Amino acid sequence: MSTVALEVRNVIKTFSLDGGKINAVDDVSFKVNSGEFVALVGPSGSGKTTMLSILAALLTPTEGQVLIDGQDLSRMSEKKRVVLRREKIGFTFQSNNLIPYLTAKENVEFMLRLNGKADRAGRARTQELLARLGLSDRLHNLPAQMSGGQQQRVAIARALIHNPTVVLADEPTASLDTERAYQVVETFANLIHENQRAGIMVTHDLRMCQYVDRVLMMRDGKLVQVYETKDEIMALANGGVH
Amino acid sequence: MGLSTYLALKEIWRNRGRFLLVALVIALITLLVLFIAALGEGLGTNNRQYVSNLDAQLVVFLDKSDFIITSSRLDQSTLKAVRRLDGIAEAGPISTSSTAILLPDGKVLKVSMLGVESGRPGLPPVIEGRTYQTQLAKEVVIDRNVALRSDIKVGDEITIRSTQGTKDEFFTLKVVGLTEGQAYFFAPTIFVPPSTWERVRPKSEAEASKTIPDINVIAIKLDDPSQVEVMKARINATVSNVQAADIATTINNIPGYSAQQGTVQTQGVFTLLIGVLVIGGFFQIQILQKVPQIGVLKAIGSSNAVVGLAAVIQIMVVTAIGVGIGGLLTYVFSLFFPPTIPLVFNGQASAFAIAALLFIGPAGGLVSVIYAVRIEPLKALRLS
Repeated sequence: MSTVALEVRNVIKTFSLDGGKINAVDDVSFKVNSGEFVALVGPSGSGKTTMLSILAALLTPTEGQVLIDGQDLSRMSEKKRVVLRREKIGFTFQSNNLIPYLTAKENVEFMLRLNGKADRAGRARTQELLARLGLSDRLHNLPAQMSGGQQQRVAIARALIHNPTVVLADEPTASLDTERAYQVVETFANLIHENQRAGIMVTHDLRMCQYVDRVLMMRDGKLVQVYETKDEIMALANGGVH
Repeated sequence: MGLSTYLALKEIWRNRGRFLLVALVIALITLLVLFIAALGEGLGTNNRQYVSNLDAQLVVFLDKSDFIITSSRLDQSTLKAVRRLDGIAEAGPISTSSTAILLPDGKVLKVSMLGVESGRPGLPPVIEGRTYQTQLAKEVVIDRNVALRSDIKVGDEITIRSTQGTKDEFFTLKVVGLTEGQAYFFAPTIFVPPSTWERVRPKSEAEASKTIPDINVIAIKLDDPSQVEVMKARINATVSNVQAADIATTINNIPGYSAQQGTVQTQGVFTLLIGVLVIGGFFQIQILQKVPQIGVLKAIGSSNAVVGLAAVIQIMVVTAIGVGIGGLLTYVFSLFFPPTIPLVFNGQASAFAIAALLFIGPAGGLVSVIYAVRIEPLKALRLS
């Protein structure tokens, strides 16, 4: 039975701009269950990146609550949020994802080191996960020796290796060609489902939505539409880039 | 291995070429700092060594001579008056001048010639041979540095060239003993009895017939070495026309000594400052290049402590490698320097210089460490 991994309750994020105030996120609420993969889409300036930053515990909401595994991160100290990011959240970014002086294996194992779990079992799991992502022959390669797609797959492995509650992906296909982008998101979706994590992907490429279970569309900081059925999602995905 | 150490060492190893270049720059700074320290020590030693090694606690000068040895002129009656005072164990007259030894190959070796009495403060311990037997003996005790620069040995005869009036005269003295560590006024030293000194020293026409030696200063060994201040006051009050000084005051008033040491120390400090700027500059540029990477580290849960400590460890490791290479280079180079170059690698001064060098790494990199700690992941990852 799936449980609620992430809950966003009436979140508002206000920024000061030119003497006035603007709500980058305006009264947004949603839930994501374990084993569910959700896409957060919307045009530029819609507030999806601000929303992702709040979910990643990198930004605190002005109002509202964000609960990960029942813990309200909007009330946490910076120190506790660092621990929460380390233990409960997996993150992949658009680019500059990996530590350039660590090999693929070391980059993934770094999450285990951060959590004090870099034991024999953790190392074996790292190798398995990287093999699952088709990177068996790249374990000892530095990021500069890998393609963009391979780097993104290493980042996905790093985001999942420590069994976080929530896995966040910020435009994971931004620097990839179409074929590689499909491969990366499909693999990501499969791993989210297999490992029963709550996955949230911010993307401007609606074609990638075909692999998700739900699409949340934002505009002007508000959550304006939710696509939940497969037909709705496929129709959106076939509509192309936002 | 801690997380910070792991990150710091991995980065150094995977970018070893770049870090080695920085370590080599630090090595060159180390080389420079150690040589400046050795030069300062060497110049200082060459200037003060004899005085600082005196087996005495006080030195008596002519009043108003500003504690300058060459400006002070005392007579035999002053020496007798000093010797009569209570609390004085020994008092030895010291007469100074410069002269030249003629070497067999036709070259000359300039030396400080000191006229001191055998068995009195002023004549250092003889480590080979013996001291001169009478105050009139044509005998000389030489500093090891004279032997090193000239091949002169105990038992040899040396020829001193001395200007007497308007003519050069030559005096033959027998080397009867060897002492060490007695450089004075930038020259190695030879010791002769006071009367021999008066005969051999360069003189003007007016002084040519003089036989009783002038005394520059009197070295005093006290019955109770802890009573320096009491005895200084007693000498000043009892003996007319003199002023007594401790050894430190005497050294600091050797002409040019303080100015020279100040110059050398300033050079050393500026070299260290340059080191701070070089190291600080390098690590600041490096941190600026690593902003997105540090953003990722923080976003995935690395604390400021981990990021900051990794930066500090990296700076310390690179600095330590640089200082190590620099120290090794300094040692190797020092083996090839002739004894005429005044380099003295004093353990304490070198240790201080190395400690200062190890400190300048973290000090120089402090700004970059603070910068690294303050990097906000949102901005670094352009999520804001």
